[in-house]
Amino acid sequence: MSTTNSTSPSALDAEALYGKLSQQVKSGLQGVSQVAIVGIHSGGAWLAERLAAELQLSERLGFIDVSFYRDDFAEKGLRPDVKPSQIGFDVEGATIVLVDDVLYTGRTTRAAINELFDYGRPARILLAALVDRGGRELPIAADFLAESITLADNQSLQLQRADDGRFSLTVVHA
Amino acid sequence: MLNPQLNKNGELKHLLTIEGLPKAIITNILDTASSFVSIGDREVKKVPLMRGKSVFNLFFENSTRTRTTFEIASKRLSADVINLNISASSASKGESLLDTIDNLAAMHADMFVVRHSQSGAPYLIAKHLNDTKQNHVHVVNAGDGRHAHPTQGLLDMYTIRHYKKDFTNLRVAIVGDILHSRVARSDIHGLTTLGVPEVRAIGPSTLLPSGLEQMGVRVFHNMEEGLKGVDVIIMLRLQNERMSGALLPSAQEFFKSYGLTPERLALAKPDAIVMHPGPMNRGVEIDSAVADGPQAVILPQVTFGIAVRMAVMSIVAGN
Repeated sequence: MSTTNSTSPSALDAEALYGKLSQQVKSGLQGVSQVAIVGIHSGGAWLAERLAAELQLSERLGFIDVSFYRDDFAEKGLRPDVKPSQIGFDVEGATIVLVDDVLYTGRTTRAAINELFDYGRPARILLAALVDRGGRELPIAADFLAESITLADNQSLQLQRADDGRFSLTVVHA
Repeated sequence: MLNPQLNKNGELKHLLTIEGLPKAIITNILDTASSFVSIGDREVKKVPLMRGKSVFNLFFENSTRTRTTFEIASKRLSADVINLNISASSASKGESLLDTIDNLAAMHADMFVVRHSQSGAPYLIAKHLNDTKQNHVHVVNAGDGRHAHPTQGLLDMYTIRHYKKDFTNLRVAIVGDILHSRVARSDIHGLTTLGVPEVRAIGPSTLLPSGLEQMGVRVFHNMEEGLKGVDVIIMLRLQNERMSGALLPSAQEFFKSYGLTPERLALAKPDAIVMHPGPMNRGVEIDSAVADGPQAVILPQVTFGIAVRMAVMSIVAGN
């Protein structure tokens, strides 16, 4: 499923990647019932919003801010821009597509999964990510993935959403 | 002088008072609290933020509601909470306050939630912890003497923001025994910092402290005049224990002049909200018809109080 050869970060077309990801999610969910989409703030939330609209799942769309579940609270404290998590559907028995923009260490995914279980026991959680930049520190992999790239440790990849809803990706140097 | 509540980066390390707290910190606490509110509706009403931390509730003065809400807040943050009723233990055996603190810190306390009848006791503890380089231990003031009750003040700010959205066009009246009220003092500092243009204090002159005008507060001795056109009414508990003194003729007399009745409430704006920090004395400062009426937000205050205390504890614990 994942692409092994590395694309140059500057050549990333976020709209094309989104199209690819949404195709994968659509075919992967065929025949599956009780599907719900949950986006991780903030990039993943934008992607999830658009996915849910395309899949006509807006009633079963949720958002997660993992700040209360992070493992670096002892070193970094609480982030000042925490947003409320919103899970309006019944998690019990649901198949949840967890959506994030960039998959890196896997720690955010771990935190999001823990939080979802505090709402109930899902039947299954699938992970969808736009870009996998490597550097995993936990045994976590995406089920749906549009692109894999390699970034230096001091670089990060940020998803932006323009006023017209179009996505773009930029590489930020620390 | 350095604000003892803040660390060298200007972040909130202890919560001792709202006075002098930057607006950005207050707003951050309220924003964080709004993210904690929904946790109370979930299957598992807990987040793992303070897992493995020990919170000591040090109540040198009795309190049920505040202690309980701090206990619930600690537990919802997954901290271990230890309740100490100090008035019945070592203090009565002659141990000094700071010796008690050092002993509890030696038991690896991470946070002290302190209620004390002496104004300034939480300061003394925070200063002692800073001076003795016990920087990993945090202090939250749960009410000290007549001085401050910052978490009550913050939950009042949260409640007002929840119902009124914007602070900058509000008239807020605080009614009753302001002289003895640490809640009133914390509310006044919070409201002023958040930009409320008109804060009113209503009460008999024997129950109003001097210096209110210097804090930017308009003073009214006549309840009817003071309530005209206000958006928010904060009723205070008439502290029965003070009634024996010469400050007040009787509870009945007080109700006649300053009790919040439906008729008086009608003088405020039609969408005005009525708040009370509890415990209420029905028929003394507030009529049951108002306390149970549609404009009262007294029980939501209690619910929001848990989220606000979770926000305060998790912010200070992380700094």
